[in-house]
Formats: sequence, structure tokens, C-alpha cells
Amino acid sequence: MDIATQAIEGGFADPVFDAQTVFRAVMDAMARPGTLQPLPVFARPPAPLSATAGAIALALCDNDTPLWLDLVLQAPAAVKSWLGFHTGAPLAHTPADAHFALIATPAEMMALDGFSQGTQDYPDRSTTLILQVSDLVSGAPLLLEGPGIETTATIAPAQMPRHFVEQWKQNNQRFPRGVDIILATPEGVACLPRTTRIKTMEA
Amino acid sequence: MTAQPTDIATYNFAYLDEQTKRMIRRAILKGIAIPGYQVPFASREMPMPYGWGTGGVQVTASIIGPEDVLKVIDQGADDTTNAVSIRAFFKKVANVAVTTDTAKATIIQTRHRIPEHPLTAGQVLVYQVPIPEPLRFLEPRETETRKMHALEEYGLMHVKLYEDIARHGRIATTYAYPVKVEGRYVMDPSPTPKFDNPKMHRSPALQLFGAGREKRIYALPPFTDVVSLDFEDHPFEVQTFDQPCALCAAENVYLDEVILDDHGGHMFVCSDTDHCEKRREQGHRGHLAPETPPALEKREPAQ
Repeated sequence: MDIATQAIEGGFADPVFDAQTVFRAVMDAMARPGTLQPLPVFARPPAPLSATAGAIALALCDNDTPLWLDLVLQAPAAVKSWLGFHTGAPLAHTPADAHFALIATPAEMMALDGFSQGTQDYPDRSTTLILQVSDLVSGAPLLLEGPGIETTATIAPAQMPRHFVEQWKQNNQRFPRGVDIILATPEGVACLPRTTRIKTMEA
Repeated sequence: MTAQPTDIATYNFAYLDEQTKRMIRRAILKGIAIPGYQVPFASREMPMPYGWGTGGVQVTASIIGPEDVLKVIDQGADDTTNAVSIRAFFKKVANVAVTTDTAKATIIQTRHRIPEHPLTAGQVLVYQVPIPEPLRFLEPRETETRKMHALEEYGLMHVKLYEDIARHGRIATTYAYPVKVEGRYVMDPSPTPKFDNPKMHRSPALQLFGAGREKRIYALPPFTDVVSLDFEDHPFEVQTFDQPCALCAAENVYLDEVILDDHGGHMFVCSDTDHCEKRREQGHRGHLAPETPPALEKREPAQ
């Protein structure tokens, strides 16, 4: 398949309702951190962009939201042209300019504080990170607490960034500034908003 | 699945265009991530005037899907003008199921009450908010109130509550009673009676607030600490009523005073009409309930 076809195919079959379903899954995941909100396959973006991450980008991004892609996603022209065709989102020049960042290899990603943190006056002007992970059970377990969680929740996302617990602690300390994370797995989405605290698990 | 097909061009599902929905959806996600912080958004003109719930309508329109069941209340009632017209609006533009039953609804849009029936996980409560800024009547400049939120400088609000005590001997604020969310942002719970403030605290439902004219969206995720501001020697208290509901004899609910004649006759009845009807169906009767209750014909929500 040539690049032009790849860029055009694989969008939402039913844009209005697919976008609503994807958004509701992300909203429920953001409101209940650590829960997996299942999502069927709605989008077929070119590799290495995953179906879930692609669907989230289609649901939330448009010409108002500069996008930043990590090195793996920047490399193939097909990903950029697919996102460009379906969302119209411009690519951000630096991670700090991005409203959304798509990250295919979280284990190798740059530090969280390299992205826009928002300002103390406008903490909403921060980057939302969309991390592609293979599952939420095979990584190091994270014990979560905070708004949206009745007592505690546990997830163990695979391929998380280096020193993630330490980085997340710093992200918490910047509150109300900070980044929010959407974890895109093949089964669905889970979120870590900036209010979620990770308690280190003993052994 | 889609709105009923017609020959003429129709509105997009749920009235708003897709780009507007995306913009509002992004604001909702930020609001959930920063509980109590007012996220600015590009509020649209809606086919109803400001003050009729344009903020709540835009939030509802952005989250609602064909599977949702919508309930709309106005001061607790399902059958008043605002509630009826907003419910009819969404029936028309989104073709969704509507209900008056709190337990059956997935989205409840409300003007100034929280239903008496406890909310559950999975439900979304959407508030219509007139003035989202709790500090606005104390400090009219947006530049200043924004700085006060940024610096967590809420002394002025405590001074206001203190002045209430100095003047009236108690905190005289009875609605739009300020709350502190997760120990950080002071938030206006919209003009709900302070009776409802405790229901916001660690509610299992997601609570979204939309202010259309003021162009702000804010949110309370489930299980979020919402503490009404008070003083050690003047703790926060909710309203209490001397008598139960005159129709269903419910106690510990919020009551409205209804004037019966021009000789001072009045009665107190549940503000939550769904709750009151349910109780009367179960056989509860207040002192002013009719002798033989007319078979409560199960009405469809008004058109």
C-alpha cells in the first residue's frame, strides 16, 4: 500500500459515534484512574501507531491541538500523514509546545518534565501524554490512590518510562501543574491524571 | 443508531458540531485531572438564552451517546419548564431515552439540586452553573481571582464567612456554599442548597459543571474530598426542617415551601419530585396527602 492510501484509510467508520465512544472510555478512565476501560478497534492507523492510540488521537485532536510524536512515530511518513489527514493536527516543534504527545516506546521516552506542565494560573495548558503499552499486568505493579479511587487501585503497565515512580512523584509535587497520562493498550484505556499518587509497593 | 432520517438536512447528533465537542471533551478531561479548577472553554451559542443552562447543555451534548438515559431536573423537579425543555431538546437532537427515575439515568443534568436517591458509580451528574467563580462577588477582576487560585490565597473567602458570623451570629450563606476540593481549589458548587454539599463529598458518581455564559467547565471525579468551608467554633451545618414532607412524610430531605392561599396557608413538600412520587407509590403519606391517593398515573416524561 502506498503512503497516500495509508494516510486515507483506517479512520473512524462512523466518526460521530466512534468519537463519542472513545471519548467516554477516556473520560471514565480519567475519572477512575487505574481502571481499564475496554475499547473495540475503531481505527487502523499505520504501524507503529497502535489502534487504541490512533483512535484516541482521532477522538481528541484537531487543528487546535499541536501533536508531538516520539522518535519511533516520527520516523515513518505514513503515521504523520495519517494523523494529518484524519485530525488536521499540526506537529509541535518541541514537546513543550504539544497539547498531546503520542509515545510508541514509553520505555525510551524523554523525562516527563520536558513536556508542557501548564502554568500556575492555567494548569490546564499542559501536555496530555498518550503512551502505547502492551498490557496493564506484566510491568512493575503500581499501587494508586487519589481522587477517583475509592481506596486503592493497582495496575502494572508494561514498558513504562525509566524511574517512572520517581518522575511521577515529582509530577505530583508540581500540582496543579503537571502532565496527565493516557495508557493505550490493545484492550482499552487506563489513565493516570496528575492527582493520582503512586504508593511504592513493598517488594 | 442515528437520529431519525429525514429529507431535510438535520443537526449533527446532539446538536453540537464535532469540533466543538472535541474542544469541550478536552476541557472535561482537564477538569477531571485538576478537580475544582475552572477550565476555560469556547462556549457556543445555544438555541436557548444564557441562564437557561447552556453550560450544562453543552457538557451533556458532548458526553451523551445513543445508549444513554437522560434525566433533567430543575430545583429537584422533573416537570418544570427548564427541565422539560432541555429534556425535549435532547430527545429531539440526540434521540436518547429519557427518564425521571434517578436510579435508571446514566446522565442527570441538574439545575441546583442533587437527587435524594443516592447516586451510583457510572452515573454522571451535570450541573448548570451561573457564576462558576466562588470569589467573584468578593473580587470582580478575573486577573485577581485567577492569581488567588494560583497562589491558593483564599483568606478573603474566610473573611466573608467570618463577616456573616459577626453580623448574623452564624454563617448565613445557604446556597452556593463554597467548598474546598482535595485540599486545594475553592470551588462554587453552583447554587445548590448547602443541604446538598455533603452529597458531593466522595460521591461515587462523576460530577461535571458547565457555565455557558462564563465559559468555564470544572469537575469532581468520583471519591473526591469536598469539604465545606467553616470554622472550628462555627462548624458547617445543613438546613433542617421542623416538619416532614406534607405529601410523602419524608424526613431528612430538602423541602420547598408552597403557598396554598392568601391567608398564610403553606406546606412543605419534597423538592425532589421523583423521590416524593416514589415514596407515595410505596404508601407513605403526609398529613396533606389526598385521602385516597389518585392512582398515580405513570406519565411519560413531558414532551
